[in-house]
Amino acid sequence: MNAVLEVRGLSKAFGGVHAVEDLGFDLRAGERLALIGPNGAGKSTSFQMLMGELRPDAGTACFEGVDLVGMEPREIWALGVGRTFQITSVFASMTVAENVQTALQARNGQSFDPFRRARALHRDEAISLLERVGMAEQADRPASVLAYGDVKRLEFAIALAGEPRLLLMDEPTAGMAPRERHALMDLVSGIVAERGISVLFTEHDMDVVFGHADRIMVLDRGRLIADGTPDAVRADAKVRSVYLGSGAETGHA
Amino acid sequence: MGLLVAQLLAGLANAAALFLVASGLSLIFGVTRIVNFAHGSLYMLGAYCGYTALQYLTGPLGFWAAALAAAVAVGLFGLLVECLILRRLYKAPELFQLVATFGVVLVVQDLTLMLWGAEDLLGPRAPGLDRAVMLFGQPVPEYDLALIAVAPLVLLGLWLLMTKTRAGILIRAATQDREMVGALGINQSLLFSGVFFLGAALAGLGGALQLPKGGADLTLDLGILAPAFVVVVIGGMGSIGGAFVAAVLISVVNVFGVLYLPESTLVLMYVVMAVVLLVRPHGLFGRAELQAGPPAAGIPDRPLAPLGPRWRTAALALIGLLAVLPLIGSDFALVLATDIVVLALFAASLHFMLSLGGLISFGHAALFGGGAYAAALAVTYAETPMELALLLAPLAGGWLAFAIGWFCLRLTGVYFAMLTLAFAQLLWSLAFQWTEVTGGDDGLIGIWPAAWASDGTVYYYLTIVLGGGAILMLRHLAHSPFGYALRAARDSEKRARVSGIRVDRVRLAAMVVSGTMAGLAGGLFVFSKGSVFPSALEIARSFDALIMVFLGGVDALGGPLVGAAALTLLQDWLSRLESWRLLLGLAVIAIVLLAPTGIAGFAGRLLRRREAS
Amino acid sequence: MTIRTVFTGLALGAALLTAAATAPSHAAESVKIGDMNSYTRLPAFTVPYKMGLDLAVEHINARGGVLGGRMIEVVSRDDLGKPDEAVKIAEEMFSRDGVALVSGNLFSHVGLALASYAKQKKKLYLASEPLADALVWEKGNRYTFRLRPSTYMQAAMLAEEAAKTGAKRWATIAPNYAYGKEAVAAFKQVLTKLVPDVEFVAEQWPALFKIDAAAEAQALAAANPEAIYNVTFGSDLAKFAREGSLRNLFDGKTMLGLLGGEPEYLDPLKDEAPEGWIVTGYPWYAIETSEHTAFKEAYEKRYGDYPRNGSLVGYNTMLSIAAAIEKAGSTETEALVEAFKGLKLATPVGEITYRAIDHQSTMGAFVGKTAVKDGKGVMVDWSYRDGADYLPSDDEVRALRPAE
Repeated sequence: MNAVLEVRGLSKAFGGVHAVEDLGFDLRAGERLALIGPNGAGKSTSFQMLMGELRPDAGTACFEGVDLVGMEPREIWALGVGRTFQITSVFASMTVAENVQTALQARNGQSFDPFRRARALHRDEAISLLERVGMAEQADRPASVLAYGDVKRLEFAIALAGEPRLLLMDEPTAGMAPRERHALMDLVSGIVAERGISVLFTEHDMDVVFGHADRIMVLDRGRLIADGTPDAVRADAKVRSVYLGSGAETGHA
Repeated sequence: MGLLVAQLLAGLANAAALFLVASGLSLIFGVTRIVNFAHGSLYMLGAYCGYTALQYLTGPLGFWAAALAAAVAVGLFGLLVECLILRRLYKAPELFQLVATFGVVLVVQDLTLMLWGAEDLLGPRAPGLDRAVMLFGQPVPEYDLALIAVAPLVLLGLWLLMTKTRAGILIRAATQDREMVGALGINQSLLFSGVFFLGAALAGLGGALQLPKGGADLTLDLGILAPAFVVVVIGGMGSIGGAFVAAVLISVVNVFGVLYLPESTLVLMYVVMAVVLLVRPHGLFGRAELQAGPPAAGIPDRPLAPLGPRWRTAALALIGLLAVLPLIGSDFALVLATDIVVLALFAASLHFMLSLGGLISFGHAALFGGGAYAAALAVTYAETPMELALLLAPLAGGWLAFAIGWFCLRLTGVYFAMLTLAFAQLLWSLAFQWTEVTGGDDGLIGIWPAAWASDGTVYYYLTIVLGGGAILMLRHLAHSPFGYALRAARDSEKRARVSGIRVDRVRLAAMVVSGTMAGLAGGLFVFSKGSVFPSALEIARSFDALIMVFLGGVDALGGPLVGAAALTLLQDWLSRLESWRLLLGLAVIAIVLLAPTGIAGFAGRLLRRREAS
Repeated sequence: MTIRTVFTGLALGAALLTAAATAPSHAAESVKIGDMNSYTRLPAFTVPYKMGLDLAVEHINARGGVLGGRMIEVVSRDDLGKPDEAVKIAEEMFSRDGVALVSGNLFSHVGLALASYAKQKKKLYLASEPLADALVWEKGNRYTFRLRPSTYMQAAMLAEEAAKTGAKRWATIAPNYAYGKEAVAAFKQVLTKLVPDVEFVAEQWPALFKIDAAAEAQALAAANPEAIYNVTFGSDLAKFAREGSLRNLFDGKTMLGLLGGEPEYLDPLKDEAPEGWIVTGYPWYAIETSEHTAFKEAYEKRYGDYPRNGSLVGYNTMLSIAAAIEKAGSTETEALVEAFKGLKLATPVGEITYRAIDHQSTMGAFVGKTAVKDGKGVMVDWSYRDGADYLPSDDEVRALRPAE
């Protein structure tokens, strides 16, 4: 039994339209699982349900045996689930290092500490995390002036500060230049591999998906139509007809 | 039976003017997201313009023509305000818009005084509608019936405008999604100007139509503001139909309050509001905002930094100066300095939640006045010694902040702000009308310091130690992990939540800290003045705090100190001049437009530029 | 970040503070009086006060000032209608301007705050217009005196008239704040003493300047009283008078209005001024004593306007101060306090005395009926009531006033 995340029968309807219907899958430890599908397939809805932002109509999503359904985002975090957002979100009024330090304080239960000086707290640990994502030399720059790719790395570092065992990444490379995308995903792949973190991510860029996922699930109109290795999904006729066939993105995949 | 019907009709007639004002306010908010504090001033202008127009227009037709003329005139004035001031502020944080419209309130007060004089003007009766008819054995004025008809007619007109015309459809689209209108390639500034004209004209019409039931005087502006806000909040911000229902609800509750609870007429309205919001946090017809806006006061783009050595020296020098002030200054200088420290603490407490937490409160006076009254009540009824009372004041402030925060933190942005205002008004009306306990308007007096501190100099030092200590404590908190968690929640709420920060509790804790400090400021204030009055809780007091924070600069941790000094000295100086409200209003507007980073921020930028070059 | 720049601002503030600290020295000869009133809050009531006060200063100085040739100089400020502001101004007037005493004010809460200040700091305060009874009784103190007839005195004058009407079923309407409450309580107290079997069938308490006149009028009508005692004023009174007459509330009822005959109250109502109400007030147009005629003519000559009640109070305020200074032969606070006790002086409405027992002056008021003449509200059938006749017995007063 090595499934980190077990999703069963997850469903959500908006005014009679089934956005997600009976979604079920297992995510194994250390696996990088991609969830793809055309626009409106239900990717975002699925993600929001897993993240505690949207309550499913039915179904369960068990992380290490604990059902996430109905939990607050913070409670899901406390179980060991980290995440990054499609629209990158960091603490703009702080320096790069302070961003990570703030997350480290939260992990250590110090968010209500009124006594210590925050600037010195967990500074070393923050720097070493930043080093790992290649941001150490920018540690004392304001987060508000970072280049977009660096903001993505910073957000990743913040997520790592929570010592997650599962990372949910919503379109991790959205808005980046193609070359940067691969650099970021290489970095992510390397770190999750060395720390044994499982990853579930959605992505539009098929290059990224096929280059960095161990396994791919394809959603169409709320239903899972394929689930397998990149090669198997690429060869799947159903996938081709409803999704890949229509897009030019398969060209060099 | 007849009496109940008559009261009901009276309530419905009262609802008309309230609805006109509130619908304009709601409309403007819906489209531009600006909370127009000057809306009461537009109502007042409508009354005065209508009065003047009625000197020239006579007869039944003339009366309605005069009302329309007043509406158009006020609409044009609103347009002027929009074009000259607000248009530059649509992208600015809410605090700036708020402060600017409050500047307009001050300017209009003095302009009205100059143009129409100080005497109350009694409105003429409506020609042709100046008698009463008998309904159910009770006399009902004809004009009341006319007003009862006017409100639904205006509602119908607005509904037709909104659903049947292109402009109306755009207005609705903009209310729901501002970005979309921009994306559709529609001239946004034209739309905003149009809405402002319409909203202002509605307020003007309301002012003119209430003339036969009252008149024009200089208290109309702030008098209508709180009820209009309550109506907009109950109805749901941006909802015209909601404004109608809420105006009727509030007015009817009021007239029956007059009948059955004649001494609690002010409190009733706020109680109704609190009940409605408990059940429906966004009002009867309001919806939760689809996309959360930016924090009310904006996010600074520069990290906090500790004081450099040069500034440490400067800070020590300042403390030294304050320490020797009794030796070099007059008694009055000590009075001013005591005031400044108390106000600086008050401003710093607001700054803490507003700037670091992104929580903009329109009702911070509740916490200040709450502390002040707690101390004063303890002294008056339990002969509590000053030392204990000064401990009670911050406790009361913190406890009140907890209660208010528990209610209000379910909402964000402007909704949060409006709700805090309503709670402050609730406390104010309690202090004002619960005469047996609070002394009402006569306040609680004779609350002087203990014998050892009764000398002005000793009390000054006490204020410096307690007030200054509290300010330093707030400053320290800003640099603590708690301060960082608070800022994290402001910078990105969702990032904070998924990084393990208990956003709601952090915010509530910040409010409690803020309330504790505001309460302490209130306690120090009581003993320095020897008395407390409902004015410690009034809207103007909340505005003082906002203006001080704004003057000092939202992003500057020490801004409140500068703001308090600036406001105290400016007011002390300006209040000696004839038209000080006009000058203060213009000064505030100028600062919003020209130096939005506040005095400290502005000076800081100059310094940085010098250092950089 | 900008935290540092704060100190630039602070330095600026400190500089201003020090500037404020250096008191401007002035010619030692003049006697300075600090006077303040709510000029921006209630100009219609307070500007005439200032005009009356200034006129008295001119008269006194033209006669050679006080203490053998020292001119009176008034430092005048706007109290903004805020008690804390008033206390601050008083501090400034004493410490920076060096005034001998402070006087003025209209609002009771401002007056009470200043009285408390005066007691605490041992400085003299002459409350000109605030009406609160507490000012000289429950909260009375050695350093506070009051000129204008108090709420109790004016209510007692009306209660005396009320007793004569024979009405038994009474209703009251008063603004829901301290002055209103006090005015009703005093009226009930005195009337019940005079006519033990009166009944009070309704009490309405509209919020000050927020009256819901239609609802109030109907609520009063529903109680079906024989007579109504009104304390509302300003815009509240205008609305109440209009709604009441529209709804026939006043028909066949005895109506009493506290202060309703003062020009400040009547004039804005124009031809809608209520008729036949029994009121206290100031019929400046009809008082024909030589003292008053001289005052009225001087006032009209000086300002081209007629005097209001406030003008009279302002004028008498300054006369009282000058008289007290002359009697004390000094401008020292303690000497002035002793001089004010039992001070007698002549005013346009006759001689008044500042009672030693409670520091209340015996300045009276005019009681009469309202009428409309030439499109304007006036008082008719009036007579002057000396304030001395409408105060409780000395024993009662002693019981009310805290021991010194």
